[in-house]
Amino acid sequence: MTREGWIRLVVVAAAVAALEIACRTGWIPTTVVIPPSAMATSLYDILVSGTHWGDILVSLRSVAAAGVLAIGLGFLVGAVIHALPPVRSAAEPLLASYYAVPTFMFYPVFIILFGVGSAAIVAIAVLLAIVAMISATLIGLDRIPRVLGKTALIMRMGPVERAFRISLPAAMPYLFTGVKLAVAYAFIGVIASEFILSGAGMGYAIAYAYNNFNNREMYGLMLLIVVLVTIVNTALDAVDRRLQARLRR
Amino acid sequence: MKSVLGPAAVLAVLLLAWEVLHLAVANTGLPSPLATLMQLVVLLGEAEFWAHASQTAQAFAAAVVLSTVGGIALGILLGMNRTAGTVSEPILVNLYSLPKVTLYPVVLLIFGLGISARIAFGIMHGMIPLTLFTMNAILQMKPVYRRSAAVMGLTPWQTSVSVVLPAILPEVITGARLGVSLCLLGVLIGEMFASRNGLGYMVMHAMERGDMPTVLAVALLLAIVALLVNAALLALDRAWRH
Repeated sequence: MTREGWIRLVVVAAAVAALEIACRTGWIPTTVVIPPSAMATSLYDILVSGTHWGDILVSLRSVAAAGVLAIGLGFLVGAVIHALPPVRSAAEPLLASYYAVPTFMFYPVFIILFGVGSAAIVAIAVLLAIVAMISATLIGLDRIPRVLGKTALIMRMGPVERAFRISLPAAMPYLFTGVKLAVAYAFIGVIASEFILSGAGMGYAIAYAYNNFNNREMYGLMLLIVVLVTIVNTALDAVDRRLQARLRR
Repeated sequence: MKSVLGPAAVLAVLLLAWEVLHLAVANTGLPSPLATLMQLVVLLGEAEFWAHASQTAQAFAAAVVLSTVGGIALGILLGMNRTAGTVSEPILVNLYSLPKVTLYPVVLLIFGLGISARIAFGIMHGMIPLTLFTMNAILQMKPVYRRSAAVMGLTPWQTSVSVVLPAILPEVITGARLGVSLCLLGVLIGEMFASRNGLGYMVMHAMERGDMPTVLAVALLLAIVALLVNAALLALDRAWRH
C-alpha cells in the first residue's frame, strides 16, 4: 500500500475511534448515535439471525434490475443518438442539464401509476441512472480512434464483426465509467425510494427501525448499506482505473 | 437560433409522448400536459402553496450558502497540501456515491424534526462535489502562481483570497452548479420524509390523496426552476471563463 493509503487508513480509524470514545463517555448520547462497535455487533446479529435477508435480497434484486435496464437501454439510446447527428445536437443540451433536475420528485408519479412496489422503484432508479450511461456511450463512441475504422475497412470486416472486435473494445474504458456511475445511481435511487415509501427492502427497514426508535437495528442496517455500497463502488472503481490505464498506454 | 430550435423540438416530442401516454392509460390517473399546467396555475394562486414553497426556498437558500462557503473552504484547505488531497479524495468520492438518504435518520436524531435537519441534509448532498472540484482545481493549478505568492510574501489568507480563488474560479462554478442541484435534491428528500411542510411534503401528501395533477404540477415546477438555476450558473460560468 502507498504512504497515502496508510495515512487514509489511519485517518478513518481515528475518526471511528473518536466516535467510539465520544459515545462511550456519554458526550454523544446513545439515543442519537450508538458506538461503532455496537453498530458492528448489531450488523453481525442481523446477518446471523437472518431477520433481514428478505429485505436485503429485495433491494439487491431491484438494484440489479435497474442497473441492467439502465446500462442496456442507456447504451442502446446512446448508440442510436450517436448515429443520428441532428437528433444528437438537439438532445445534447438537455442531457447535459438532466442531472440538475430533482428527478426523484417524480417517484410519487410512478407510485400512482404502478402502485407501491418494485416496479415504481426500478422505474425511478432507471430514470436516475440511464442518462449517465447515455452520456458515457456518446463520449465512448466519439473517442474511437479513426485509424481503427480504417483498419476494419482494410480487413473487410462486416458491421457485426466490426462492432464486437473494434468499436466495443475501443470504447470500453468510457463505457465502463458509465456502468460505474449507473450502478451508483441505481443504488441511490433504489435505497432512497425504499426509504421514502415502500413495503420492503433495506431502505424501508431503516425507515421502519427509525419510526420505532430501534436505534440499534437502524445503525446496524446503515452500516450494512455503507459497507456494501463501498465494496461495490471500490471494486468497480478498480476495474475502471485498470481500463483507464489501458488508454494511456 | 439553431441551438434553441433543437432542444425545443425535443421538448415538443417529450410533451407529445406525455399526451399519448395520457391517452393510452386513459382513466388510470395520468393527467394530460394541459391539465397539469392548469393545476399549476391554480396552485400558484393558493396561499398554502406559497407557504410550502417559502419553507423549501428558505431551506434551499440556507443549504446553498452554507455548503458553498464550507465546500470552498474545505477544498482550499485540503488542496493546499498534496498529501491531504490524495488522502482525502477517495474518501470524498466514496461519500459522494453513497446513498446519503440512509443517513437521514442520523441527521433527524441530531437536529430534530425542524427545518435545520433539512438544511443539514441539503449541505450533506451539496458540499462534497464542491469540495472535490475546488481541491482538484488547486492541485492542478500552475505552480508558478503559488511561487509568485510566496515571493511576494503573502500570508496564507492573502494567498487564498487574491491568488488561489481567482485562479480556480471556473472549476468552483462548475462544482457549485452540481452542488446547488444536489442541495435542492437533499432538501426535497428531507421534506418527503417525516415533515409537515415544504414542497416535498406537499407532493407526498397529494400522492396519498391520489391527487395526481398536483403531484405532477409541483414536480414539473421544481424541474423548471432547477433548469433555470442551472442555466443561470452556466451563463455565469461562460462569462467568467473568458
